[in-house]
This record gives sequence, structure tokens and C-alpha cells, in this order.
Amino acid sequence: MLDQYTGVAIMLLMAIGIAGGMVLMTSILGPKKRFADKMEPFECGESQLVSPRQRFSVKFYLVAVLFVLFDIEAVFFFPWAILFKRLGVFGFVEMLLFILILGVGLMYVWRRGGLDWE
Amino acid sequence: MSEFIDEVLEFIDPLFEPAFMIGSIKALVIAAALLGVVPPLVWLERRLMGRFQVRLGPNRVGPLGLGQPFADSIKLLFKESIIQSSADKFLYHLAPAVVVFTAIVAFAVIPFGEPVTVFGQEIGLWGANINSGILFIFAISGMGIYGMVLAGLSSNNKYSLMGGLRSSAQMISYELTLGLSALSVIVLTGSLNLIDLVQNQSTVPYIFLQPLAFLLFFIAGVAETNRAPFDLPEAEQELVAGFHTEYTGMKFAMFFMGEYINMVTMSSMITLLFLGGWNAYGLPLWPILAFAIKVFFLLCVFIWLRSTFPRLRYDRLMTFGWKVLLPLCILNLLVTSVIKVL
Repeated sequence: MLDQYTGVAIMLLMAIGIAGGMVLMTSILGPKKRFADKMEPFECGESQLVSPRQRFSVKFYLVAVLFVLFDIEAVFFFPWAILFKRLGVFGFVEMLLFILILGVGLMYVWRRGGLDWE
Repeated sequence: MSEFIDEVLEFIDPLFEPAFMIGSIKALVIAAALLGVVPPLVWLERRLMGRFQVRLGPNRVGPLGLGQPFADSIKLLFKESIIQSSADKFLYHLAPAVVVFTAIVAFAVIPFGEPVTVFGQEIGLWGANINSGILFIFAISGMGIYGMVLAGLSSNNKYSLMGGLRSSAQMISYELTLGLSALSVIVLTGSLNLIDLVQNQSTVPYIFLQPLAFLLFFIAGVAETNRAPFDLPEAEQELVAGFHTEYTGMKFAMFFMGEYINMVTMSSMITLLFLGGWNAYGLPLWPILAFAIKVFFLLCVFIWLRSTFPRLRYDRLMTFGWKVLLPLCILNLLVTSVIKVL
């Protein structure tokens, strides 16, 4: 069981090495000439007028919450899909109900305007 | 003293086991291949885009301009890495590393051929053969969102922030479609193992049994890799370059490397799930060559899409994902399971 994941672990370490090495290399190599104007955030040549660290549209938050809800529901599908043959008609009917509930949830969000962007 | 040496030798003994050695070599080869495939892919994209737009594309550096991406990457490596003074230093460095890291790790479980026998050892052509291969790829590529969000947040630049927010909202929305359209294939197979999936397609690829799922998966895959027409996070006309506006040098290039490696991973996923993986269907091809040809074809389609379609508007993109793709996915899953049960 754990044996299968040895390859993944090796790959993990190697990826950390590559990614870290690249960041390190680009920080070491290359010139370092600092002056005040260069260190300003890019804003089409202007100095920054307002800080970007402000409130942003609540829509993004809503999408994230909806994603968590639907993704958890999607997670329940995976074991069902694998055991589909073994569960037979019982599993099928159970899942039909589950999909129905999921569909009702989607319809509710849809009708309440949760999926509209103004 | 000799006892100590014995203990050390015992400790590092598992490192010399054949399984571990082979695993290391495989990981090294895969990582090298992934990093090596990025420059030719950039070249291919620029040349093809050139042809699509009735111009030549890069053709000066080396034969056919093949040296161009290598020259570019060497140049980028030796460019100054500017960190603007109000940025969050740690997160700013972490973001591109996360993008490259997730892109490489996700490829670890992708098989690209049947096991071959070398020196009496049976070697599978994959980094790791795990039972939950599909879930692993979804999980790791989902982590890639962190890279973009962190880049957007840490840059302290409004274009970056908007790009980061957009990309996170876009990617999590299309991830649902990706997972649910893969599910209808899993219902047919009954396994999350990618090798089982390919072996189940030895007579007919799933694209013929699940055309709608293929279409949905492909669209969601293009959106997941942030490619045109779904390249809203970058949207250079509105957001300069989106979440990597503030990045320079190799760190800037790392986002592109991540994107191109993700393209290869996504093409491989589509090949494995719908196009029958390394099955050649009677054509006289080596399994690995059949796999490579399919992936290459899909990569060309990715580039083709970019030069054909205009970018979507952001609200259209989100409503398309939630109101069209998601219901279609659920419907497709429903129809698949009804047919399967009858």
C-alpha cells in the first residue's frame, strides 16, 4: 500500500528541489540595482493612488462557498461511481435521490440570483 | 566507531534497494522530460500562432527558430528579480514555486505506456501507480490555485489582485465540471486507477461512449489551464498580465512553465480518460508513440483554440460554468447511470 506512494514521495522531493532551486537561482544570478522608482508597484507609470488592500466584490466569496458545497457533494459521487456495479439498483435509486437534492440546491441558488454577475 | 558506521549504513540501506533506485531514476527522467518539453512547446505555440496569423513566427535563432525559447529562458534567468518594496516577500517568492511544484507533482501518477522489461526488471512507464490516480491529479492541480492567489495577494498591486481573484473563482468553478465529467467515465470503469481506465478502453475509446463528457471535460480542462479563450486571469488588455504583473525574470517564466506543464498534464488526462491512452487500435505503433501522438494532437488543438476564439467576458465565463456546464454534467452523469443500470 505504502509502496505505491514511494514514487510520489520521490517526485514530491524532486519538485520541491526544482521549484526552490529556480527561485533561489534567479535571486542569486542577475544584477541587483535598486532605486526608489523601480521598487514601486506597477500602475501604468503613475504612482499608486489607492492601496489595493481594500474590500473586494462579495461575489468571489459567494462562488468560493458554493464551490465548497458542490465539491463536497461531488466527493460523495466518487465512491458510489466505483462501487456502481456492486451496489446495483439500490445504490442507483439512492444516488438518484442525492442528485435530486443536489439539483434542487443548484436551482435554489440559481433562482436566488447567486449565479448572476452584475 | 564501526558500530556507528554500521548504523548509518543500515539507515541508508533502503536507498540502495532496486525499487527505490528505479523510482528515483523514473522521477528524474519524468521531471527532466517535463522541464525539457516546455521550450519546444513554447516554440511550437509561437510558430503555429505565426502560421495561423499568416506570418512566420520566430525563425532566426537556430534552425527554424528552435533556439529561440532556449535563448529566452537563459536571458530570463540572468534578468534582475525585482521585488517591489511593499510586497509580502515570503509569499511573493512562494507563489511561483507552488505553481511549478504542483505542475510537476501532478504528472507523477500519469502512465504513458505498458510496463517494459529492462535488464530483467519489469518497469512501468509511470512515476507511481496509485489506486486513486484521478483524485490525486485533481487534488494536486487544485493546489495550483494557491500559487495564483498568493501571487495576486502578495504583489500589492490592483491588477495582480484582480487577476488572482478572477483566476481562483474561475478555476474552482470549472473544477466542479472537471470532476463531475470524469465521474461518468469512472461509472463505466469502476476504478480510479488510470491504468485500469486505459485497459478498459482496449476495444473502444470512451470518447465514443461519452461524447458529451469528453466535450465538457475538454472545455473545463482548457479553463483549468487558464488558456485562451478562458485566459481571464491574464487578460492583458484589461489587467496588464493579471496575477504575474509584478514578476520579473525567472519567477515570471515559472508561471509560464507551470502553465505549459499543466497543458501537457491536461492533454495526457484527456488522452487517458477519453482517447484510449496508449491503445493504438490496430495501427502499427508503439504504445508510448501512440500516447505521444494523441497528446501532441491535443496540444495543437489547445494552440488552435487560442488563435480561433476571442476571450470571453468575465460574467459570461462564470455563468457559462455554473449555468451550462454544471447542469449538463449532472444530467450526463444521470443518463450514464440510467443506461448502465438498465
